[in-house]
Amino acid sequence: MAIPARPALPALDVSPAVRTLILGLGGFLGSIAALVLIGLVLTQTEEAFTWSGYWQQVVSGLAQGAIFASLALALVLIYRATDILNFAQGEMATFTTYIAWSLMNHMSYWPAFALTLVLAFIGGAAIERTIIRPVEHRPEIVVVIVTIGLLIALNGLVAWIWNPEVKAFDSPFPNRTTEIGGVVVAIQDLGVLGVTLVTVILLWAFFRFTALGLVMRAVANSQDASRLLGVRVGWMLALGWGLAAVLGAIAGMMAAPSVFLDPNMMLIILIYSFAAAVLGGIDSPVGAIVGGLVLGVLINLLGTYVDFIGGDLRLPAALVVLLIVLLIRPQGLFGHKVVRRV
Amino acid sequence: MPLLELKDVHARYGPIRALHGVSLTVDEGEVVAILGANGAGKTTTLRSISSMARTSGEIRYGGKRIARRSPEYVARQGVAHVPEGRGLFPELTVWENLRMGGVAGRGAFETEVKRVMGYFPWIERRRDQPAATLSGGEQQMLALGRALVSRPRLLMLDEPSLGLAPTIVRELFATVKRLNEEESLTVLVVEQNATIALEVASRAYVLEVGKVAVEGTSDELRRHEGVRKSYLGY
Amino acid sequence: MNVVDRNLGRAIGPALFLAAAVLVILLPRFMGEFRLLQFTLVAIYVIALLGLNILTGYSGQISLGHGAFVGVGAYTAALLSLGRPGLEAFQLDPPSWIPLGDGMRPIFTIPIAALVTGLFGLLIGVPALRLGGISLALATLAIAVSFPIVMKRFAEVTGGGGGINLNLPETPFGWDISTRHWLFYEAWVTAGIVFLAAWLLTRGRIGRAWRAIRDGEVAAVSSGVNPALYKTFAFGVSAAFAGAAGALLAIETAYVNPDTFPVGISILLLASAVIGGLGSLAGAVFGALLYVFLPIYAQKPPIFSFEFADQAPGVVFGVFLIVIMLLLPGGVAHFFRALVVAARTGRFRRRSRTSELA
Repeated sequence: MAIPARPALPALDVSPAVRTLILGLGGFLGSIAALVLIGLVLTQTEEAFTWSGYWQQVVSGLAQGAIFASLALALVLIYRATDILNFAQGEMATFTTYIAWSLMNHMSYWPAFALTLVLAFIGGAAIERTIIRPVEHRPEIVVVIVTIGLLIALNGLVAWIWNPEVKAFDSPFPNRTTEIGGVVVAIQDLGVLGVTLVTVILLWAFFRFTALGLVMRAVANSQDASRLLGVRVGWMLALGWGLAAVLGAIAGMMAAPSVFLDPNMMLIILIYSFAAAVLGGIDSPVGAIVGGLVLGVLINLLGTYVDFIGGDLRLPAALVVLLIVLLIRPQGLFGHKVVRRV
Repeated sequence: MPLLELKDVHARYGPIRALHGVSLTVDEGEVVAILGANGAGKTTTLRSISSMARTSGEIRYGGKRIARRSPEYVARQGVAHVPEGRGLFPELTVWENLRMGGVAGRGAFETEVKRVMGYFPWIERRRDQPAATLSGGEQQMLALGRALVSRPRLLMLDEPSLGLAPTIVRELFATVKRLNEEESLTVLVVEQNATIALEVASRAYVLEVGKVAVEGTSDELRRHEGVRKSYLGY
Repeated sequence: MNVVDRNLGRAIGPALFLAAAVLVILLPRFMGEFRLLQFTLVAIYVIALLGLNILTGYSGQISLGHGAFVGVGAYTAALLSLGRPGLEAFQLDPPSWIPLGDGMRPIFTIPIAALVTGLFGLLIGVPALRLGGISLALATLAIAVSFPIVMKRFAEVTGGGGGINLNLPETPFGWDISTRHWLFYEAWVTAGIVFLAAWLLTRGRIGRAWRAIRDGEVAAVSSGVNPALYKTFAFGVSAAFAGAAGALLAIETAYVNPDTFPVGISILLLASAVIGGLGSLAGAVFGALLYVFLPIYAQKPPIFSFEFADQAPGVVFGVFLIVIMLLLPGGVAHFFRALVVAARTGRFRRRSRTSELA
């Protein structure tokens, strides 16, 4: 791949790490500022507005957004590695969550959780090697249909193995609320945020500091260049799918306590996650996380404070917002502009 | 036994035939050049050796048949291919690119990378820079360095002089010559710049329309009238 | 290829069309009412898939929202059929700025529904230009997902969750055939008209422009094709066809309801189009047959009957999709065409050129 040559950066420039830190901090503070601003606007427009109620919605929106972020991250991971949009990501997550449910009938939560992640990893890698590998280089539309077929098959499989009745799913976090700075938050929400944070940090560390992570990043940059260096690209892709499946399993197990276990539980979440991934930029992991969190907060606030939208029009409303963003910035918030080379 | 041997290799990209029966050999310790105009099939020849193109015909490396093995397999046998456009990982840093060279290499990364930094001292200063921000010459040198980290038996370079200033090109080829002399590295270099290629190579093949048109030692080719007129400019 | 061969090749299309026409006229005599209904649905989905084929197969824009277009057509036809007085009988009170007559016959509702949906499609087509493959897929998916929700929400126009009931139309001209039989003809005649329209569009300049855009937009521009115009037009045409299909659906089933058009419909339509064969009008026919009959056979496969399939039709269906894509990536239509070519030239090409979408 031809890389445009640029003159060397002057030695005085700030190192990339510091730059990222500054941008991250700025983004974080900017988001807080934006939220405060929105709150101020709402004090004028809403009669029953309370700040504590507002922040409660924000936190619960963040928790929901964390689930979107996890699944969106899985989608982005696979897209970066293989240029494939995996429509079956949600159903893979559902399947593994059901497995967790079965395991939890025999062992306590965290061991079952861990074992599920292992099984998810193996399952994801296996799917890549058997079903996706033959169609990897076929036209986009063919791969789309294959993942859709996988979606339908897994959905049916779940209903067949475990019956389609709605089931309850345990949460490791107590069903209480606690108070932080005058704001009432559910421990469940904090737990979800915590687990997601740990997951993201571990994933980041894996890609940044391990040899395997480096190789996977290289493969995502250029499969051909990796091949010429002797990398077994096929196995790296399987690894990517395995990791994505793990992320999906985490998303599923975090969502299940609140949305309850049923074969279709991840379908709507998949759509939100898809939207979050595209919003953030389909090739940007940071974008997936930011997109997920933003979307979670957005739909919560829209649903609570805009009467017209209420509970049922949240999804269309979120999608309208997404479309507006995409029209202004087609590559998403953090994505790279696609340059058409002839 | 030659290190590399191609016998009557045909190659195609989909319906387009690029090579129509190319035969060549490279002995261990040689520097051999492949010359020719754009579209003659030079890049395709290297890609065929690396198994990145569909081929028929025989390709032997160190006596083993590598014709229809995977590119990863060929690379792991000690064939380092620096492709057209360098094949760097643009978002990875200089250091990370080098590290990738050591993934399937035959030597220990720590030792090899020290050796490479001996040839390109500036790398130490630019370790954490993303590869995409380097200048053209630096990228080419990084690509070469990365290939060397894997301690290859055969180094294949595809148009290393492309887009580079003449002084950088000289420097690059001087380094290649040094590598060949000091470490007996076998080199197969594809070049449009026939002049500089023939200075470094001992033998060369001239490809035209997917076939070997002329072959011989550098001296023979420099005296060859057709080659002189079409590729050397005098 | 000698002259006889080529003329034979040209004759196959019209010959098949004529054969189909004869079948349509004669078959109802041999079919029970239920079968008639099924094959009426096939006609309806042929129309819808012709539209989707034009959008995704010829002009290369992936759409996961086709079901919404069908739904728009269905609701438009339903509202027009009942007219304001009819709707009032259901306690529905659409705002007065919506032009509804007193109740129209299908001969009017179908084209108007097609027109309305076509305009809707053009409206979508304009912003769609800005969005690339993935984003467009998401945007169309968003529309498909939102459609039933929006229909439920604006209940005063659409009847909300309860939907709208229509009266089955009477057989005209005093013919002595059942209503089902008449609807069968109505659907297939419309399908025939739409097929001809699609054929004319795709073989002419417009079709060539679409294919050029699909195969390489930058190259198309340098050939003087304005992609924006043709892509938007493709959206409009495809939506219009879907709207006609939707109108027929409303008339045929005499009932519209938001849950008839969930997002699954859009996905299944796309899957059917791809399996039938994109970039080929015959593919729409195969796809429609698949769409109507596969779910039934997924539940009770005629070859092997195992309990599994009874309990998990989804698994059979999903596996079928995967296997077909592995074996016949160009779709069924391409497979048959490749067979014909193979018979003549002795060479079999598994992949079609038209399945090489960017």
